[in-house]
Amino acid sequence: MAAGLVVLCCSRLLRDCSRVSKYAPPVWAAFRTTEERRQWYSVSNLTIQERIEQKSQRAMLGGGQHRIDAQHKRGKLTARERVQLLLDPDSFVEYDKFVEHRCSDFGMGTEDNKFPGDSVVTGQGRINGRLVYVFSQDFTVFGGSLSGAHAQKVCKIMDQALLVGAPVIGLNDSGGARIQEGIESLAGYADIFLRNVLSSGVIPQISLIMGPCAGGAVYSPALTDFTFMVKDTSFLFITGPDVVKSVTNEDVTQEDLGGAKTHTAISGVAHKAFENDVDALLNLREFLNFIPLNNKDPTPIRECQDPCDRLVPSLDTVVPLESTKAYDMLEIVTAIADERDFFELMPNYAKNIIIGFARMNGCTVGIVGNQPKVASGCLDINASVKGARFVRFCDAFNIPIITFVDVPGFLPGTSQEYGGIIKHGAKLLYAFAEATAPKITVITRKAYGGAYDVMSSKHLRGDLNYAWPTAEVAVMGAKGAVQIIFKGKGNEVEAEAEYVETFANPFPAAVRGFVDDIIEPATTRMRICRDLEMLANKKQTNPWKKHGNIPL
Amino acid sequence: HASFRSRCSFAVSRVLYSTVYDPNEPTFDKILIANRGEIACRIIKTCKKMGIKTVAIHSDVDSSAVHVKMADEASCVGPAPTNKSYLNLDAIMETIQKTGAQAVHPGYGFLSENKEFARRLTAEGVTFIGPDTHAIQAMGDKIESKLIAKKAQVSTIPGYDGVVKDAVEAVKIANEIGYPVMIKASAGGGGKGMRIAWNDDETREGFRFSSQEASSSFGDDRLLIEKFIDNPRHIEIQILGDKHGNALWLNERECSIQRRNQKVVEEAPSTFLDPETRRAMGEQAVTLAKAVSYSSAGTVEFLVDSKKNFYFLEMNTRLQVEHPVTECITGLDLVQEMIRVAKGYPLGHKQADIPINGWAIECRVYAEDPYKSFGLPSIGRLSQYKEPLHVPNVRIDSGIEEGSDISIYYDPMISKVRVTHNIPLLREVIIHPRFVKGDITTNFLPEVYPDGFKGRILSDGEHEELLATAGSIYVASLVKAQRFLEKSTRIPAAKQDQKSWELSVQLDDGVHSVTVSRSGSSYSVEVDGKTLNVTSEWNLASPLLPVTIDDTHRIVQCLSRDAAGNMKIQYLGTVVSCCSTLKCFR
Repeated sequence: MAAGLVVLCCSRLLRDCSRVSKYAPPVWAAFRTTEERRQWYSVSNLTIQERIEQKSQRAMLGGGQHRIDAQHKRGKLTARERVQLLLDPDSFVEYDKFVEHRCSDFGMGTEDNKFPGDSVVTGQGRINGRLVYVFSQDFTVFGGSLSGAHAQKVCKIMDQALLVGAPVIGLNDSGGARIQEGIESLAGYADIFLRNVLSSGVIPQISLIMGPCAGGAVYSPALTDFTFMVKDTSFLFITGPDVVKSVTNEDVTQEDLGGAKTHTAISGVAHKAFENDVDALLNLREFLNFIPLNNKDPTPIRECQDPCDRLVPSLDTVVPLESTKAYDMLEIVTAIADERDFFELMPNYAKNIIIGFARMNGCTVGIVGNQPKVASGCLDINASVKGARFVRFCDAFNIPIITFVDVPGFLPGTSQEYGGIIKHGAKLLYAFAEATAPKITVITRKAYGGAYDVMSSKHLRGDLNYAWPTAEVAVMGAKGAVQIIFKGKGNEVEAEAEYVETFANPFPAAVRGFVDDIIEPATTRMRICRDLEMLANKKQTNPWKKHGNIPL
Repeated sequence: HASFRSRCSFAVSRVLYSTVYDPNEPTFDKILIANRGEIACRIIKTCKKMGIKTVAIHSDVDSSAVHVKMADEASCVGPAPTNKSYLNLDAIMETIQKTGAQAVHPGYGFLSENKEFARRLTAEGVTFIGPDTHAIQAMGDKIESKLIAKKAQVSTIPGYDGVVKDAVEAVKIANEIGYPVMIKASAGGGGKGMRIAWNDDETREGFRFSSQEASSSFGDDRLLIEKFIDNPRHIEIQILGDKHGNALWLNERECSIQRRNQKVVEEAPSTFLDPETRRAMGEQAVTLAKAVSYSSAGTVEFLVDSKKNFYFLEMNTRLQVEHPVTECITGLDLVQEMIRVAKGYPLGHKQADIPINGWAIECRVYAEDPYKSFGLPSIGRLSQYKEPLHVPNVRIDSGIEEGSDISIYYDPMISKVRVTHNIPLLREVIIHPRFVKGDITTNFLPEVYPDGFKGRILSDGEHEELLATAGSIYVASLVKAQRFLEKSTRIPAAKQDQKSWELSVQLDDGVHSVTVSRSGSSYSVEVDGKTLNVTSEWNLASPLLPVTIDDTHRIVQCLSRDAAGNMKIQYLGTVVSCCSTLKCFR
């Protein structure tokens, strides 16, 4: 389908382009010297108005028709088509269409090497009526490479986005630095990085990688809140396969080194991958509907037709009778969310934890849940980091966090200890503890040991902590506990039964007030909706600090 | 036993049970239901109505099943495999003793035709709600039942009454009866050990295969041969007998729509029978029942050929899955009748009191994929389940609810992740012109769908309706995506008053141009030059979406929908994938 769409979309554009104007000089590339160009203009007698129009139209064509065709051949849309598709109809307001690069070395100064707007399209527009700033790198102009002018354009919209409090969306499709400009290009990257950092936690920043993004350029997406990729056409790496070969003698393809699959499943650099440009941009529109425009903006609330007091009887039976049997936490999440709509992030990375956005009675919430289906839902290095970063985003933008707990503990083993599970696990703990956004926790089954503390427990200022009747809050599972208590003496079977009787239920936590209530699973949605309403005016601040020191 | 079995009966008659029973008539205090699923629930409902306490039995995986929740008491009788739980005689007998149940209703399947169970109950002084052991035994064996039927002058299929010794004898008998013949296992059922032969060679081969299959499946390789009735209908007579020698026939059920010898759609009365044939069949059924002193509800199955000749097939000595259609047209509560009869009361009706009030059709909704051999089992959790009880005259007997597990233990075959259901097939069958006309035989499904069921083939008009609906849902979702309620999205949305959308909607057959113009909840949709008006509340949160297309009311289901415009819509029973997108992105 999407391929069809691309064609459709392009043919539209082609029609527009074929109107390229009567003012156009016969052959653009025909100018050899500045002299020739002056001569042409002087004879053409163009007015300013005509020249504006001419430049504008040339800007629309980017690097020229044959490059546009090449871009399409790769299954990619052009920078402008992407912006059109991403934003509401007629809402795009372009900035800096007339900016040109300032390099004159290596023959770059000639007219045919200058393109109005250079290698990026920037501006602002609306997504479902809400303001966003966008830059879209144009691969058809010098491979989308970053010149000083390119960086300046990007910085301009980033600055304004920060001023007015609106998200910045970057559509990355760039071969890297503009080598001809040398250090100017490096300075440009740094200017962008600085703005990425200063904007972090103030306005949402989203990167969608739609082509190559290599070298220093990768750090801008890495600094943004969310990085999405397009399958097969996008790549992110510090150095390409050739350099890898010469340095480490490894043979690796672009796709294996830094393709969508690599980054969504192995490295965890990207949050989600989409089938193609169209799919990615439409999903990005959907995604943006979940997030606030800035850190002072209230959480978005969409009109909701799903009753907030809807009971979900299927939840009463979702947790299996045997506590070792797995079930799908996603089933719980989709069952309680408005319209079963859950925008899952990083679905293929650290699958033992689920993160993503949903709505409850129209209001956006961040969902964190242990996934018993994968590695029993235990916390390991990757799961902790995945969860922590998401929790911090939610907190930064005051999005309520709903946590579903079924965790048997942290994953033991040398690989985890050597990898630093201690400091990485601490990240999740830190994130939940410092969060002042509304926090609601539901313990569906196991909440064992330190992992219980970590998972948004009452002790970490959980606002409402619930336990289902199937909950077991304990230091550890019965078997392990009995082995430690009795050290092989006494009747272990009996002791195990006693331990289960005493601890493998919600009461030890409930009698101490560590959970606020033991609830019927079917009522979970109803209660969360009610609690969110109550927590809407929650105000909580942490002690003054320059910034905390999260264990990185 | 497929574990997910809900029945949906559409009764044209208004009243469910028109028969009035004496509420003061003494009856049992407590009944144990030795079954699970919908039939257990069905029996418990009548028990509740009669003020009888109920005991449910269940396996460990069924501990939160609906029948367990409905019953007054419940007891686990073992682990999931049926031979360790629902067929576990010792555990069930123990539960009976422990709970003090005075009677046991076996439902269908499991222990319903188990002589040993009936015998042990009698030994303990517990009433078995069903016929006595003698009748179960007599009718349980195909050869013996046929002999009894013949003796009672019930019309039987021409064939050889004894056990066939070898292939040579088989050929001789086959020639006497005349081809085609059916070779089948005496102890058989469910199509196992059955072969049709059209000539001597096939008879020899069939004999060999059938005896092998019969001995491996039933441990009993006795075979019998009878005439094969080509293109028959399967019509059965519901009978009801008491312990005082009375027996009634409660009209017929047409059960010809079958797949692999399992019934799919049943109706009562049959469109095929005239009153004379009906009476003749009914009377023969009653004669047979009386011949074995039958006391309970039972079913006498007949094959009926195109000339309305009918032949006795077998007798089922139990309540059957499809009993509700008979209840719908006669107004009787068969479970209540069974309980009364078991308590020793004479029947309260005369043959003349048994009416045919209206028409009833039952569809068996199974968790199975209808696109594979008309239905292969599927398992999983039911994430959403809603019964169409808001539709008048619909009765639903089910034993599941949202969140129920469709487990592998009570389903014989493969496992799959998502639960599929056979509703698309059922819907197509009951609106098929041949079904509507009553022109059906047991070969209906393979004849109508020779290459297997492929879902509904849409007419041009329906195709347009589908496109209009898909386009409208997409526009509704676009409109919805802009409805923010929070106060401070500071810049008022610029383009929210858009009134018209040009879409491309892709179906299997290609991309279609669809233009949607919206005024309120009413959408005017232009599809391939034709304009349709689509109105709905557009509540996209509900899985059911009632729409009115021009003047036609339809209920479509939007099963899934994503940001890229991909949708799965269930329209006229069949699931269609489509993709809607704005035609131009500006």
